[in-house]
Amino acid sequence: MSENNQKLEGFEGPGFLATSLGKAVGMARKNSIWPLPFATSCCGIEFMATMASTYDFGRFGSERLSFSPRQADLLMVMGTISKKMGPVLRQVYEQMAEPKWVIAVGACASTGGIFDTYSVLQGIDRIIPVDVYVPGCPPRPEQIIDGVLKIQDLVQNESLRRRNSPEYQELLASYGIE
Amino acid sequence: MSSLTQEYITEKLQSKFEGAIQSIEMLHDFLTITVDKSSLKSLMQFLHDDELLNFHFLTTLCGLHFPDQPAQFGMMYQLHNMPANYRIRIKSFTNDSEPVFETMSDIWPAANWQERETYDFFGYRFHGHPDMRRILNMDSLVGWPLRKEFPLEDPFRGDKDDKMFGR
Repeated sequence: MSENNQKLEGFEGPGFLATSLGKAVGMARKNSIWPLPFATSCCGIEFMATMASTYDFGRFGSERLSFSPRQADLLMVMGTISKKMGPVLRQVYEQMAEPKWVIAVGACASTGGIFDTYSVLQGIDRIIPVDVYVPGCPPRPEQIIDGVLKIQDLVQNESLRRRNSPEYQELLASYGIE
Repeated sequence: MSSLTQEYITEKLQSKFEGAIQSIEMLHDFLTITVDKSSLKSLMQFLHDDELLNFHFLTTLCGLHFPDQPAQFGMMYQLHNMPANYRIRIKSFTNDSEPVFETMSDIWPAANWQERETYDFFGYRFHGHPDMRRILNMDSLVGWPLRKEFPLEDPFRGDKDDKMFGR
């Protein structure tokens, strides 16, 4: 979390800051993430608390939730995903425009949690790539916020060209996503 | 309102379905009748149609699986006569490798989805059902999850080490 509030590096003088385009774009993206909540169970309730006044998720530039995947930057999967729901989640992910990030909130989204059974997906990373995992059953709002701050670090520091890199293409190909 | 009694129902069913009824017993204040599979549908129709019995409400139905019994696959129905506030339970068993029961959805439309659920979890088919396909599980699921031989845990999970989980 300490890294999160770091000052933008660059050549600074009175009233101006010169820095690389990547860093400026990263800063802009990082502080205006539009999350898409994919809440299926109790972690979703914790997310509601995260959005409400006490924890106030809006402080981090994510005031505006996007309920259309096409406008969202961050897919927040909160709750148990059954195998029948799997293709739906995957389609939502595919509909999001690049750049996009995914956070798995809670034990169920991360690993299937206590539901080690035939009908439950054993972690969403079996069908879509995940950037940050938040442990907990359910995690407290502080943990969810910490997870999103980790996402912000990624957004800030990731190369603008990473999404065109062979590694990224390979990652998507390993999930069968074009 | 006439009130139903165990004696009345027993007598009436035994006179009409003699030979088809395997047992009649009270299980925890619940009249439970086990009947041959071949007579199941006609007995259910009779329970529904008879003016005095008047079991007009299907509370629930589900599949049963007792692998140790000679007839291991079964069905269970609970019926309710609301005016008399009397409940009854009907059971029927078979040992066919691919069990087929008669549908009850033409008598009680409520049976439609519940029979689909039974098909989904036990693999019993229902003859005459209008839409016999899975209802809750994903279509690609192989097997019948509530049969006793079905492994409950996800067999594709590699991180559960027996040493760690004491199994």
